[in-house]
Amino acid sequence: MATTITKPETLVGKRIRRQEDPRLITGTATYLDDIKVPGMHHACVVRSPHGAARIKSIDTKAALARPGVAAVFTGADVKHLGPVPCAASLPGLRVPYHHLLAQDRVYYAGHPVAVVVATDRYIAQDAADLVEVDYEPLQAVTDPEKAIAPGAPAVHPEWADNVAFTFHQEGGDNAQAFRDAEVVVKQRITSQRLIPSAMETRGVLAEWRAGEKSLTLHSSTQIPHLLRTLVAAILGMPENLLRVITPEVGGGFGSKLNVYAEEALMAFIAMKINKPVKWVESRRENFQCTIHGRGHVDYFELAAKRDGTMLGMKLKLIQDLGAYHQLLTPAIPTLSVLMMPGLYRFKNISADIIGVFTNAVPTDAYRGAGRPEATHGIERMVDILAAELRMDPVELRLKNFVGNDEFPYATPTGLAYDSGNYAKPLNEALEKVDYAGLRREQSAARSAGKLMGIGISTYGEICAVGPSIAFPSGGWESATVKVEPTGKVTVLTGVSPHGQGEETTFAQIVADELGVAMDDVLVVHGDTAMVQYGIGTFGSRGTAVGGTAMYYALQTLKAKIRKFGAMLLESQNVTLAGGRCTDEGSGKSVSFVEIAAAAYRAVKLPPDTEPGLVATCFWEPPNFTFPFGAHIVVTDVDRDTGNISIRRYVAVDDCGRIINPLLVAGQVHGGVAQGLGQTLWEQAVYDDNGQLVTGELTDYAIPKAHLMPWIEDSHTETPSPVNPLGVKGVGEAGTIGCSPAVVNSVVDALSPLGVRHIDMPLTPEKIWKLIQQGGPA
Amino acid sequence: MKRTISLTINGIPYSDEVEPRMLLIHYLREVAGLTGPHIGCETSICGACTVMLEGKAVKSCTMFAVQADGRQLVTIEGLAQNGNLDPLQEAFWNEHGLQCGYCTPGMIMTAKQLLADNPNPTDQEIRHGLEGNLCRCTGYQHIVNAVRAAAKAGA
Repeated sequence: MATTITKPETLVGKRIRRQEDPRLITGTATYLDDIKVPGMHHACVVRSPHGAARIKSIDTKAALARPGVAAVFTGADVKHLGPVPCAASLPGLRVPYHHLLAQDRVYYAGHPVAVVVATDRYIAQDAADLVEVDYEPLQAVTDPEKAIAPGAPAVHPEWADNVAFTFHQEGGDNAQAFRDAEVVVKQRITSQRLIPSAMETRGVLAEWRAGEKSLTLHSSTQIPHLLRTLVAAILGMPENLLRVITPEVGGGFGSKLNVYAEEALMAFIAMKINKPVKWVESRRENFQCTIHGRGHVDYFELAAKRDGTMLGMKLKLIQDLGAYHQLLTPAIPTLSVLMMPGLYRFKNISADIIGVFTNAVPTDAYRGAGRPEATHGIERMVDILAAELRMDPVELRLKNFVGNDEFPYATPTGLAYDSGNYAKPLNEALEKVDYAGLRREQSAARSAGKLMGIGISTYGEICAVGPSIAFPSGGWESATVKVEPTGKVTVLTGVSPHGQGEETTFAQIVADELGVAMDDVLVVHGDTAMVQYGIGTFGSRGTAVGGTAMYYALQTLKAKIRKFGAMLLESQNVTLAGGRCTDEGSGKSVSFVEIAAAAYRAVKLPPDTEPGLVATCFWEPPNFTFPFGAHIVVTDVDRDTGNISIRRYVAVDDCGRIINPLLVAGQVHGGVAQGLGQTLWEQAVYDDNGQLVTGELTDYAIPKAHLMPWIEDSHTETPSPVNPLGVKGVGEAGTIGCSPAVVNSVVDALSPLGVRHIDMPLTPEKIWKLIQQGGPA
Repeated sequence: MKRTISLTINGIPYSDEVEPRMLLIHYLREVAGLTGPHIGCETSICGACTVMLEGKAVKSCTMFAVQADGRQLVTIEGLAQNGNLDPLQEAFWNEHGLQCGYCTPGMIMTAKQLLADNPNPTDQEIRHGLEGNLCRCTGYQHIVNAVRAAAKAGA
């Protein structure tokens, strides 16, 4: 098949349906559990039913006697292996040795204790029930503030105070700012524990080839290459004998940006029993054992002048870490501190983080990872300040925004905001809702005894993670672009999309750059044997960092294509456009396909040029990108039921240049849904014994179709100067912008009752109680 | 004690020995070798396993395989006819009604039932019709657009 070479229009910026969809809408995509290999065994993990306990004994005899059971592994079998890794480092960080299976104690409900391997999934599960573990239950602590109170039980006996680390950061002169302040507002604000709940749970399939001493690990992960390096380290095997393949991944949201015990365990077991082994997480396990997100108790103080000029902000942040550090656990709250100034011009901050061990599954990166917590706090504090000063929250924001002429803008937290026009999306959103009209309507509604609220958030975020100094494994990204001998184009990207749609957006960019049809571009990802080392997909980095690496590889390739074009045309001066190289003088041209054929046939080569058309780029970003936006939410609160109705949800986001508006809208909607889930319904609840009370989808309320409002989304486009595509990233924007806008709206609705703050989730019960008691207790 | 079941999936007859306790979703995936119906929760909350049983959308994680004995099933794999996508599949594609795609087969099967019951649903009826199917990626908005578009196309 010849490559299509005519392409009249540019594709970047167009609404284009996705290349990846045909396999997904026909049920023919291959997710982890769809992979079956001959001789495959199934593993079931025996987990602690206790939040904290001593293991007195484990009896595996009955399980081993069950026909079909191949082996049972316990802590003793894996004691010699490396720990589940934590890549983050902080001064003085206490790092408990995170064994693949519990040794003499369990530290959270769901802690893996043993693994049963059998010929069949049902048998493995039956036999898991036959493993007898004798536990001596111990006192657990799951609330981070209780955990650091005197007399609390120690999660890890070696650290009685449960403090994993403390971290201090300051910028400017915050003490002076607070001395200069005419008004200081203070508020305790929580961002509750959340369960990421990707629709596909985690899963692993390990295949060992004894003769080659090589292992293939299929895993539903966001980071295939990092997983390869880190699992090889756990097992003590050479990295180049381990191949990680990421099949279709059914959502991640940060929960698969990790290295989990089960990934190394299945690799180890496959080697031990010399059979392929598959483990697929149940939903209950997903809730108990895959990382949770958030888990903040924040004490904010905001100092200002009476005219509304913000001067400085203090934060005491208590982070619920859970029982262990997963890959990035202790680093997540440090991102909150970086984000503290929000979009505002004040130059002074001070922050203290206390990282606290609890008898709960570790927290780690979940959509937004530290930024939603910060933004929620800042945007709540701005509204609290506005109420204190009796200023309109819009006016207060506009007064304090970083100005358009101040970019790059140095924040007191050490960042340099790349570009922005912060008033623009706010003004657009205000116009869309007719803000003045809404305020008049609200005033009338209040007179009639109705509870109507208008909530605003103007958020900023840190995307395109990021410069290598900011990420423990390096923050660059890689891409190889190959023009095959027939002119087909193959992209090997180091990012690992799992719903974001880069097979499409990258193909759009390639099509524009090379002048080929999108259908002739194949974007390959998620196989360490095929793709050069990469970092992965998270932190809204796929297009901004991975796409940029590809863009630069394309530029190298284009230069080489022009050389071959010039050779074929015997010209000194050729242009590459529309899938052809054209001699400027004669107007003669040669097609992309002819050039590709010549480059591989190679009977004649341009001077100092190798055969073939392949280029690779490892791109190190010089900075993060800083998207921003404004969300406005109009709510009506029912006095009798405490129910919140969202009448309008307006989101104006600026994620830099937009490659595909259809996909960007999808990211915003999904982000808002997860933000709204946190704001209204979701909360991971542990009881005092360390039991996860919200252990199933029956008890943990993720948003359903009929609960979601219509999202009126639009965009402003302020290009980023950080990368040549001008893109910033959009994966987390909706989540970050949402929660403060909704809470601000509901607090505004209830403000006639004297309500100043409500912690999430805003359940009808909580709201009803506030209304019944006529305001805060 | 295994039992033999015979059923038709997407027009193809199957006959297999299964344990009476085997869930229908496990039969479809592990025995019949399908990859369309997915397992998201095994507690009938998420709907990723939704298939059509005798023309009715059911969650195949809360049925036993033996209960499907002698019956007709259609899964997402059976929707496209002669290489032509079902209008719902086409609409999900056009409207970007999916991201990771994991909930999509179940979502489309439920939407199929919804439109069979109500060919011209309002947005609110679409949302209520889909409330038994969870999606964590899309916020449902593009799914609602897709079902509305499919209804207009006469799906």
